[in-house]
Amino acid sequence: MAESFKIVENPEKPLSMHPKKFALWLFLVTIVMIFASLTSAYLVKKGDGNWRTVDLPSLFWVTSGIIVVSSAVLHIAYRAAKKDLIENVKWGLLITLVLGIAFTVGQFYSWGQLIDNNIYLVGGNPSESFVYLLSGFHLLHVVGGLIFGIVVTVNAFKYKVHSKSTTQIEMFATYWHFVGALWIYLFVFLMLNHQ
Amino acid sequence: MSTAEAKIAEEVGHDEHHEHHGNFFTNYIFSTDHKVIAKQFLITGIFWAMIGGALSVIFRMQLGFPESSLSWLKPILGQWITAEGKLDPEFYLALVTMHGTIMVFFVLTAGLSGTFSNFLIPLQIGARDMASGFMNMLSYWFFFASSVIMFISLFIETGPASGGWVIYPPLSALPQAMNGSGLGMSMWLVAMALFIVSTLLGGINYITTVINLRTKGLSFSKLPLTIWAFFLTAVIGLLSFPVLFSAALLLIMDRNFGTSFFLSDIYINGEALPNQGGSPVLFQHLFWFLGHPEVYIVLLPALGITSEVISTNARKPIFGYMAMVGSMIVIGFLSFIVWAHHMFVTGMNPFLGSVFTLLTLIIAVPSAIKVFNYITTLWGANIKLTPAMLFSIGLVSFFISGGLTGIFLGNSPVDIQLHDTYFVVAHFHLVMGSASFFGMLAGVYHWFPKMFGRMMNAKLGYIHFWLTFTGVYLVFFPLHYIGIAGFPRRYYSFTNFNAFNDFADLNMFVSVAAIITFVAQFIFVFNFFYSIWKGKLAPANPWGSNTLEWTTPRFPGHGNWPGEIPTVYRWPYDYSKPGAKEDFIPQHIPYSETPESNTPEENEKIKLESGNGDIEIKA
Repeated sequence: MAESFKIVENPEKPLSMHPKKFALWLFLVTIVMIFASLTSAYLVKKGDGNWRTVDLPSLFWVTSGIIVVSSAVLHIAYRAAKKDLIENVKWGLLITLVLGIAFTVGQFYSWGQLIDNNIYLVGGNPSESFVYLLSGFHLLHVVGGLIFGIVVTVNAFKYKVHSKSTTQIEMFATYWHFVGALWIYLFVFLMLNHQ
Repeated sequence: MSTAEAKIAEEVGHDEHHEHHGNFFTNYIFSTDHKVIAKQFLITGIFWAMIGGALSVIFRMQLGFPESSLSWLKPILGQWITAEGKLDPEFYLALVTMHGTIMVFFVLTAGLSGTFSNFLIPLQIGARDMASGFMNMLSYWFFFASSVIMFISLFIETGPASGGWVIYPPLSALPQAMNGSGLGMSMWLVAMALFIVSTLLGGINYITTVINLRTKGLSFSKLPLTIWAFFLTAVIGLLSFPVLFSAALLLIMDRNFGTSFFLSDIYINGEALPNQGGSPVLFQHLFWFLGHPEVYIVLLPALGITSEVISTNARKPIFGYMAMVGSMIVIGFLSFIVWAHHMFVTGMNPFLGSVFTLLTLIIAVPSAIKVFNYITTLWGANIKLTPAMLFSIGLVSFFISGGLTGIFLGNSPVDIQLHDTYFVVAHFHLVMGSASFFGMLAGVYHWFPKMFGRMMNAKLGYIHFWLTFTGVYLVFFPLHYIGIAGFPRRYYSFTNFNAFNDFADLNMFVSVAAIITFVAQFIFVFNFFYSIWKGKLAPANPWGSNTLEWTTPRFPGHGNWPGEIPTVYRWPYDYSKPGAKEDFIPQHIPYSETPESNTPEENEKIKLESGNGDIEIKA
């Protein structure tokens, strides 16, 4: 028979999610697993005894605030992109980047506070190393996000981010909200478990 | 179609209708074509398998012939052979470590998943290529970089990593502990970090492709079992490899920056180290949280390949398709909650041990279902004993004989007795090592015609199979006895222990069998490379198989299908269907073309194929 039929039972592509967005979500899963394993290692180590209480730097409160505000601003920029308010997109992205850099600098100052309290990455109890490790490894992901953000911002200034082309800003927003939420999780986790 | 979908079609399908003519570099080296990347993984995997096998032969010679002189190996091993012609004891440890690392990660993870996931996923689901060809290319080149570093570490003066493939600290964390914990260990960690990146890039791609890029009509319930296996393998890898990354990260911090996550109360030559407060058992938890799922990352693709090969060559539908899928999902889930059965002797709470024993034994249920289904598929079948089929049946045999000893070892009271003996070595070499290796070989023999457009020589394949199959049993069956007798693994020599002298001849026997088995692999290597250029040209569908890859041209180009991608109408196991003209009906044949073999329910589906105005008829 030389005819070919379109099957009606299942005529569409089975799932129409953008492959790149989908891959980003899978990438986030791997980051979740890394931090899940690090924080469970923290709990296992703590349960093991020989644990020293660490006073968390007060600046963590400030940096947490900064990253929450940056997420909110980015969301506004994303909404603006959907409505083709290009100027708002540009400003929103710029403010997000500035806040992201402020967060990065803030984390460095937080480590300075730890050092002032004689808490070092090296040479002390694992409880002290863990604070540096968790915040430092998280910061690495923030810096990655900033580089991604710079690319998106440059594209926004070239008028390439608008309602017909939101994939990039949407992926950046997903990632940025994720690293923000991840930091809040780590901060709350450390507050609950540092003793 | 919504705008989002239109955009996807635009971005994903941009290269559907024109040929790509790159240069040598873009076609064969930095290629983004999944078929080329698969071949790159395969050939790198074969290279590593020969290295890993050669290392095992060297240490088997030490174990089987401890009195003999190995000075003839001096041209290759140089300083690692002492002046008396003996193998350096520290290099012996390096050999077992690198044999394990290479075989588990570089051969059976990258070589197996990397090859067949890349090659078969787009071809069997009817996709032009992977979701991201660029990421796929990166995946191979990260693996290549990792391979180069691991390979160089074999040749450095202090030797490669030597603390066992599990690299437990403190041995691996302290460079002063042994030569292999110096530069060799650092290179091991860097290589593995790159390897993890490669695996994750590959895995993200496999999952995205299977979920998003299936052809029309190919629902999950019509997926070939190979694709199910590769998909679940990628999911397991995505969840477990990041944990190994964490373990490696903490170990690197301890080694190179002076933290104490895994180190506490250590004295070297009477002097205390400054590290306080760490726990080496913590590393074992992190390592085995990857390490156990890794067993299934290695095994599931082989089981998937076997399902496909057995069904095709038995000319029968696979018995219990949904049970096969279900047991793979259950195995995948359970693999994450049994890791502590590797740690029964770490001083864990005996109650916790019994919980992990219970969970471990539950894995026997889905495994037994799979074995049962393989055997019932073979039962009363019109079996075609192709080389691929023989290797698949060999896999089932190893899976049974090695799986049974898994039930012993899963019990903490038995494991405490047998822990770290050759019984464990025999167990995992059968159930995981040899079984997966046979799955890989079955896959190569079965899909070689699709990969290179030519057939491998079947006679050489039979010789290769029988030598390897008997060889594997002759090597690993005696190891059970040696293990029950109490031989610990990783020991350089047993000649100083009176209790073990009786087993010297058995060890010699094992070593001879191992050498013969290793030499037999060169038959395969010759057959493989000879057939790439000189093999007989393959027919379009040499095995009479149902899956979509056999609808492509003999040498599928970029984009796989020259015209439109075929639509899928039926499951992939319509073999020997009663009433059918031939003993197989490929997946892209609609029910309307096979009225003679349709069941009443399938006749109902014809209406769906042509119904309500959505007809697209081509003359």
